[in-house]
Amino acid sequence: MPGLGALPLAASESNLLAARELMAFTLGFHIVLACLGVALPAIILTANWLGLKRGDEDAMRLARRWSKAMAVTFAVGAVTGTVLSFEFGLLWPEFMARFGDAFGIAFAIEGIFFFTEAIFLAIYIYGWKRLSGWAHWWSGVPMVITGIGGAFSVVAANAWMNQPQGFTLDAAGKVVDTEPFEVLFNPAWSYEVPHMILAAYMVAGFLVASIYAVGMLRGRRDRMHRLGLLIPLTIACIATPIQLFVGDTAAREVADHQPAKFAGFECIQETGPDQTEYLGGICTDDGVEGAIGIPGLDSFLVGFDTDTVVTGLEDIPPDERPPANTLLHLSFDAMVGIGSALLGLGAWLAFVWWRRRDIPQTPWFLRAVAASGVSAIVAMWCGWIVTEVGRQPWIVQGYMRTEEAVTEAEGIWFAFAGVLVLYTGLGIGAVLVLRAMSRRWREEDEGDESETPYAPALGNGDFPVHMTGNSPEGGS
Amino acid sequence: MSKADVAAAILWTGATLYAVFGGADFGGGLWDLIAGDAERGARPRERIQRSLTPVWEANHVWLIFILVVLWTAFPEAFGAIMSTLYVPIALAAVGIVLRGAGFAFRKSVQRLEYRRAMGAAFALSSVLTPFFMGAVVGAIAAGNVPPEGNGDAFSSWLAPLPLLTGALFVATGAYLAAVFLVVDSHRAGDKEMEGYFASRAMGAGLVAGAFAVAGLVALHGEARYAYERLIVEGLPLVIVSALCGFGVLGLLLSRGRRGLRPLAIGAVVTVIWGWGVAQFPYLLPTSLKISEAAAPGPTLDAVLIVFAFAVLLVLPALGLLYWLSQKDLLEE
Ligand code: HDD
Ligand code: HEM
Ligand code: HEM
Repeated sequence: MPGLGALPLAASESNLLAARELMAFTLGFHIVLACLGVALPAIILTANWLGLKRGDEDAMRLARRWSKAMAVTFAVGAVTGTVLSFEFGLLWPEFMARFGDAFGIAFAIEGIFFFTEAIFLAIYIYGWKRLSGWAHWWSGVPMVITGIGGAFSVVAANAWMNQPQGFTLDAAGKVVDTEPFEVLFNPAWSYEVPHMILAAYMVAGFLVASIYAVGMLRGRRDRMHRLGLLIPLTIACIATPIQLFVGDTAAREVADHQPAKFAGFECIQETGPDQTEYLGGICTDDGVEGAIGIPGLDSFLVGFDTDTVVTGLEDIPPDERPPANTLLHLSFDAMVGIGSALLGLGAWLAFVWWRRRDIPQTPWFLRAVAASGVSAIVAMWCGWIVTEVGRQPWIVQGYMRTEEAVTEAEGIWFAFAGVLVLYTGLGIGAVLVLRAMSRRWREEDEGDESETPYAPALGNGDFPVHMTGNSPEGGS
Repeated sequence: MSKADVAAAILWTGATLYAVFGGADFGGGLWDLIAGDAERGARPRERIQRSLTPVWEANHVWLIFILVVLWTAFPEAFGAIMSTLYVPIALAAVGIVLRGAGFAFRKSVQRLEYRRAMGAAFALSSVLTPFFMGAVVGAIAAGNVPPEGNGDAFSSWLAPLPLLTGALFVATGAYLAAVFLVVDSHRAGDKEMEGYFASRAMGAGLVAGAFAVAGLVALHGEARYAYERLIVEGLPLVIVSALCGFGVLGLLLSRGRRGLRPLAIGAVVTVIWGWGVAQFPYLLPTSLKISEAAAPGPTLDAVLIVFAFAVLLVLPALGLLYWLSQKDLLEE
């Protein structure tokens, strides 16, 4: 690369590790809340819509409560996102100084979406009492759009790091010209963005459903719990098959454009046709140990033909190979495995619903749903590990190495420790607050003083409070 | 005006809006901090909470706006500022986390001890964050950020001008918040709180004025270039700022409520633009000019287009939010 490598590496090496860990940790934290910010609005509006359209008070109450919870997660998402913005500069000043004019464009757009989201979120959350029902519902709609738009712009920036384009460098490696459209609509956005948005819907949907599943396992099987499980679970289960399709496309694109990453997470050592697909196992220089191998499948998945030639790590220059192949491989397998399991969960629900218009009755179903929320989060984390660690040693694929980007500031490990403490507090605080909320709601339900929104009371929908029998459809 | 200058003006517009809305927000936190024990402070705290709750999230997005415009339109300056002033910037970020979390959690928590702990985190960081942000601004104005970055991590901001600017930011926020709370209390018909915040607005105004004058002296000593431009090209702004400040004082003394808010905002806005005029045409005085720091043309175009969208989409939405909030249509 032209004009690079001027950094005193000894000082930077420890910084590099610290900065990466810090970045990964804070991103991993933020992304969970970001998923809720992207997808909860649609889930809440669905419940709100059922409430308005069918006079379903349970659905209405769920919408109202979820929106209260979202106020908390949104605030935590906003602060952790702000920290990330700072971190770009604090940890990777060289990266921002050199590529901010290209990489930054997407974030400038993101600013508008977050702004609009924050505004309508405030109107929606604080508008329950005084706005009229449908005006209030519509005030929530922009959140759905801005959530998707925000995810688009942030992930387009990340996609650009994977497949950078739309800029011209001079001899010294400085960006002298840019093409904003090319930057935004880089080749990787078309699979990364939908994959992330679907992941957000899966994470939010399964997570909310899992909370109600736990409640039902503890014996709270009233209609509100059933609805609280069914609405988000349906949304997440619809997203799942599409997600697997998009993920499959992503894998092929990565094989084409980032062969080092692909070889890394598939543990392919030698270039050639008829590559075996390994499930699990440990990557070594001689191949995968302790894995289940399916001969030819890897080649088939990449090119729909077992003769497809797939690049192995032997053809990647040693200093451009991704680190931690076993981590990459297992992360990828975990993502795909969890995705497939969740697909099975959706099929189970769909089948029983089709036959009996009800959710499956066995506790095993509830247990599976209870586990689905955390599983979806783990799958999403694993996907990010595949994407980010798999891109190493590059911060901008092919143009800038991560070690060139890192700050020379002292005390990054110290900062990491501080952030760890701070975020642990933040996480515990958020969980405690949400639990306190739910406890209060349960007491309210038992005391039966319903908090009717939209001042003039809604039509009195008195629904049977049973586990069986009444579906939302059956409610009208 | 070149494209780069327009981009810089957009940056300053963001800074102005953050100073006014974010600043008032921080100020609310300061009044919360010193409102006294749980019993005595209950009324003012409630008033503050009511005024802030629906809008605080939106107020803070201006900060994100500033950051993204800075790194997109002036990436080298962003890198230089971040790699030099990382200590105050990191501390400001910690403040932002504590503040946001404290604020969000406190509303939802019932037990008094928890509320207190969260409230304390919220209020304390309300002071620290603007202070460190002010220190960053002061350090930039003083010319302590080398354009190639990696300037001294401590001496760059541990100097009179940056520290005074930090203090000025805290005082200005408190001033704005008190004025806004006077008007809110007035509208709510709460005479007691109106008087409570009126006297605080006066106090904060005087303190802010004193810091501004001291800052001017420090500017003379540490940032000669900016000082000289401020007292020539920037003079009209300085005068307007002083007039607005006195106007607010007069209104508070005569119990006038009309025009109170615009005047207070005017006093702050003119200071921000005075700073801009003073260091023009430099982004990092006196080593990096706006034109030299600017990103390539198409990126600047993108920033301008995004800004136009912000004006068309975000401002009306923001207007709606403030309108609903002022009409008391938003509540918990
Ligand atoms: C609920 C979460 C979830 C699920 C079930 C899946 N993924 Fe995924 N995956 C993500 C969530 C995710 C993500 C949101 O974490 C990533 C990180 C970056 C991105 O664009 O999406 C990702 C990245 C990612 C990448 C790397 C893209 C890159 O480096 O640019 C590949 C190849 C796949 N996925 C493939 C799959 C396949 C083949 C799946 C199932 C059959 C699958 N994903 C299910
Ligand atoms: C779209 C948003 C994202 C952007 C723009 C982004 C950007 C970055 C940057 C700048 C780095 C540091 C340089 C590097 O190591 O390559 C990084 C590293 C990393 N990020 Fe991301 N990231 C994003 C999303 C995520 C998420 C959500 C995770 C969550 C788990 C994640 C996990 C990581 C990890 C594990 C590293 C360290 C990689 C390593 O050093 O081996 N990233 N990312
Ligand atoms: C895939 C990755 C990401 C997605 C989908 C995402 C999405 C979101 C969403 C929807 C919000 C709104 C707040 C909320 O709902 O909780 C948010 C907040 C925020 N995010 Fe992220 N984010 C991602 C990664 C990042 C990264 C890498 C940055 C780094 C700059 C970032 C910066 C921010 C900022 C500054 C906010 C606060 C905005 C506000 O106050 O509303 N995000 N993010």
